[in-house]
Amino acid sequence: MDFAAEDLRDRVRDFLSSHDHAATDRLEFLRARFDAGLAWISFPVGLGGLGAPRALQPVVDGEFGAVGAPNNEPLRIGIGLGMAAPTILRHGTEEQRRRWLRPLWTGEEVWCQLFSEPGAGSDLAALGTRAVRDGDDWVVNGQKVWTSLAHEARWAILIARTDPTVPKHQGITYFAADMTAPGVEVRPLRQITGESEFNEVFLTDVRIPDAHRIGDVGDGWRVAQTTLMNERVAIGGGAVPREAGMIGVVARTWRDRPDLRTPGQQDTLIRLWVAAEAGRLAAQRLREQLAIGQPGAEGSAVKFAYSRLNQEISGFELELLGEEGLRYEDYSMRRPSIVEWERRSPGYRYLRAKGNSIEGGTSEILANIIAERVLGLPSEIRVDKDLPWKDLPR
Amino acid sequence: MNLLYGEEEQELRSAVRQVLADRSPWPAVLVRTESDEPYDRSLWRTLAADIGCAGLAVPEKFGGAGASWREAAVVAEELGRAVAPVPYLGFVLATAALLASEDEELLPDLAAGGRTAVLALPLSTPPGAAVWASVHADGASLTGTVTSVADALAADILIVPTPDGLFAVDAADVTRTPIPSLDLTRPLCDLSLHGASGRVLGDGEAAERAWSAALTAGAAVLASEQLGLAEWCLDTTVEYVKGRHQFGRPVGSYQGLKHRLAELWVSVTQARAVARYAAGCVADDDSDTAVAVSLAQAHCSPVAVRAAEECVQMHGGIGFTWEHPAHLYLKRAKSDAIALGTPERHRAALATLVDLSA
Repeated sequence: MDFAAEDLRDRVRDFLSSHDHAATDRLEFLRARFDAGLAWISFPVGLGGLGAPRALQPVVDGEFGAVGAPNNEPLRIGIGLGMAAPTILRHGTEEQRRRWLRPLWTGEEVWCQLFSEPGAGSDLAALGTRAVRDGDDWVVNGQKVWTSLAHEARWAILIARTDPTVPKHQGITYFAADMTAPGVEVRPLRQITGESEFNEVFLTDVRIPDAHRIGDVGDGWRVAQTTLMNERVAIGGGAVPREAGMIGVVARTWRDRPDLRTPGQQDTLIRLWVAAEAGRLAAQRLREQLAIGQPGAEGSAVKFAYSRLNQEISGFELELLGEEGLRYEDYSMRRPSIVEWERRSPGYRYLRAKGNSIEGGTSEILANIIAERVLGLPSEIRVDKDLPWKDLPR
Repeated sequence: MNLLYGEEEQELRSAVRQVLADRSPWPAVLVRTESDEPYDRSLWRTLAADIGCAGLAVPEKFGGAGASWREAAVVAEELGRAVAPVPYLGFVLATAALLASEDEELLPDLAAGGRTAVLALPLSTPPGAAVWASVHADGASLTGTVTSVADALAADILIVPTPDGLFAVDAADVTRTPIPSLDLTRPLCDLSLHGASGRVLGDGEAAERAWSAALTAGAAVLASEQLGLAEWCLDTTVEYVKGRHQFGRPVGSYQGLKHRLAELWVSVTQARAVARYAAGCVADDDSDTAVAVSLAQAHCSPVAVRAAEECVQMHGGIGFTWEHPAHLYLKRAKSDAIALGTPERHRAALATLVDLSA
């Protein structure tokens, strides 16, 4: 079926004429929107979509936004939308898709990600959380870390080791874990900003029904690739107009504060402005590519550039401000749901940006991906590839 | 000029390092940042009086040890290495101002580690800045505000520069409002003076000289602090990447990290040389002092920041947590880069000094 933007606008108008958002309960409205295929239009019919091109999604969102209809607070459920949903769609059973996708999209059920471990960060495939089969269930034990929203989440996407006797990539299985199950303990993990965006999650004899396994036993690494590729797009690839990111904050400061301007700082600022604009246009091209296919290694390039740029700009901002850069806002421990760096202090931006090159794949790992998968350079000599997981040096 | 450390300097370093290791390990520093006593007064007394750090740069005729700013800079290296919460930088600035003023009344007590004085200026004050005009004197009565002052929370005496001269003021007569500071281990405060009584230390050209001498000595000593900080970050990171295994091997075996650490080491060895040169020039009142100090600041600020940033990055997730000390160093390094002039301001100063203006 061919879709034109105008067809979609008509569909939204038809939907709105029979669903008065002002008179309808917010959740009921979102559920109806999902059922009408106007949630994520690139998803299949019956699962919130129309099988329409992803590139036309902004047309639909724009129509709903224009009348002030409630949305699903995409920032709050980013892990579900950006990572869990594409994985469930691609690797889940029909029953799993029907059970999880609708409440995920409406935001009724928040999702988090249980991937990284203290000993398995860059080398995620070395993870040691164990899942052992017991009848119709799996019994899971281990520790996960860097889990945003774990304290608000109903579900988690989880990868765990189901066979320690085979090489590490082969012994992993992918699950959806119920965060309210007995044995799941969430502890806040405090960051250098003073806040706790993330958590540590301790799993003790947590039972997961085999029906909540996503993909085959031992195929979890391949399933996780779908999640990870989408994560890097989610972190680095948002749609932005010129000067929308951190560069915009500094550019405004420069225009508003003649007292801060010097020729030396101007040169640095313009250099950063050029880098920001180059990165923005590259991200735009990536989104255009994504609209016609699946994300590839290019998503890594966007995130790589974005991390470095954010760090350089926020570092520059503090030195440009001078005395004001010496002052901070508040280091006291809080648990924010969303990172709103634009409204925060320059010091917060500087510190928070340090996480950008670590979270969602370190810049070093991304550089390896670009070098090996894009440029086709020979990979590092791998000492661990064929060893059973249990025999790996640690 | 000899850029090496002498035997006495090494002994001084060992003594200071030992005290800091015993009394101020980083977990204690971290806990203190969220306590009601952000400065460790007892540790400072030990360093200032018992070890004799307070009197190093003070001549014997003023009750000091008659050493020099070289030795004082070695102390700063160790304090930077430990991000120690003591008011040393503010004290150095005040001492330099008092030495230039040849003040016989305060110097003996300060040099003996009795009372503590700090200079009341915004920590960001760049080289060559005009005297801060935010406090005015009416006779000996001072009124005005000074924002973002380092170490004043731990001071007994404030040395207050005004356009009407340089004054010594009892800290108890000044309202000191702590402010949330980027640098957790050197918290700043805002000063507010309402007719505080001051004793004039000098006016006119003498006050200008004291002001300028303080900024110069402070910036030189700060470069040594940055050196010590950078060294800690490098050493700690090297140890970590040797032990942290990913993909079945130490992460330090990857050239992607190895080469960056090697480059950092090269920068740190250069930082040591320029910091030593700056301290030596200030100690000898060398004619190249202005160049040496701006050179040291222009080089050491970005090196310390890079060392701290690499420390966070190469520790990975753990380096981004509150419970690891890396952030204490990152915050100090970035704050130090702004303190007493950003690298950009020092490069601009150098352009004029070495005849490379646009």
